[in-house]
Amino acid sequence: MSVFPFVVVAWILMVGLYGIITSRHLVHQIVCLIVVQSSTYVLLLAVGYKTGAVAPYFSDIPLNTPAVDPVVQALALTDVVVEAAVTALLVAFAIQAHKRFGTLDPEKLRQFQG
Amino acid sequence: MTPRQRRWVFLAAAGGLLAFYLWGLVGLPGFGAYPGPYGDVINAIAVAQTHATGVVSAVNFEYRGFDTLGEEFILFIAATGVATVLRHLRAEHDLPAPDEAPDEATDRQVPTTSDAIRMVTLAFIGPTLVVGWYLAVHAQTSPAGGFQGGVVLATAFVLVYLAGQFIALKRISPAHVTDSIEALPAGSFAAVGVAALVLGGAYLANVLPLGSSPGAVNSSGTIALISFFVGVEVAAAFVLIVGELLEQTLIIREGVDK
Repeated sequence: MSVFPFVVVAWILMVGLYGIITSRHLVHQIVCLIVVQSSTYVLLLAVGYKTGAVAPYFSDIPLNTPAVDPVVQALALTDVVVEAAVTALLVAFAIQAHKRFGTLDPEKLRQFQG
Repeated sequence: MTPRQRRWVFLAAAGGLLAFYLWGLVGLPGFGAYPGPYGDVINAIAVAQTHATGVVSAVNFEYRGFDTLGEEFILFIAATGVATVLRHLRAEHDLPAPDEAPDEATDRQVPTTSDAIRMVTLAFIGPTLVVGWYLAVHAQTSPAGGFQGGVVLATAFVLVYLAGQFIALKRISPAHVTDSIEALPAGSFAAVGVAALVLGGAYLANVLPLGSSPGAVNSSGTIALISFFVGVEVAAAFVLIVGELLEQTLIIREGVDK
């Protein structure tokens, strides 16, 4: 089962994309985007995992203990921060769309274009 | 394109994406067979080099310090963007509103906050502040750091809103003060980098004393300092974002009451 985490990544990614495509509500669509992005957390952590290794924190363990890759964990942290920033901006735009057009249905919003 | 057509187009495209992903997967080393070398190299040298026992923090605030500076400014700009996008609308709605189409939220009955919620959140405000502060200043030794600590600190302000009223949140975090508190540490982070330049090192080089024992609170030089700045910046950014969003909700309600 050494590919199982990568299959999980594909599943989360596909479920999130399907949600974005079929969504009938902007806030729901934003949540689906968060799901899509969650797949990258799993991918990053899975890529850096080493069987039998511990977390890269050496406060109370010998320095030569095998530890997982800290670089991808730091990248995952960056990922979370960017996701928070993107979500905040998108929610602000959703509020604006609702104020202006009175709906959050992407199909109805499409009619207001051009 | 109808939703049905779009779904079929998506299924075709998703099939292609999945095929390429699986193809790429075949070439990857299996889960748990980490090929290295970067993680192993950093794990081997980081503690001796930075005196931080939390290697993820060492990567974030030292080896990838310049990236983290950009990351921090992404959050800074996002908070500014939220404030800008919503401020424009606020001006619109401060005008006497003509008969607008009834909002979807109008028929929703908003229950008043129960005393139980008020009591529990009140009791949690102090401990949340302490935990957030602890996380923000312990990046060098534990899986903590400015980003995590900052979000927990901001939670304390949201608890104030839950325990009381929006006006209480606004009173303890007026927008202009939060703006400055957000900007100051973001600039300080960049200033730490410039200070290293002035002292003859590379940008964001660790120029402060590293402390004698790795993992102590006063160890790791600029890692601890930058983490602290990031913590304050993140807390202010989230208080600002949540405050702006809550203000929008309240404006909708005010419109309903008229």
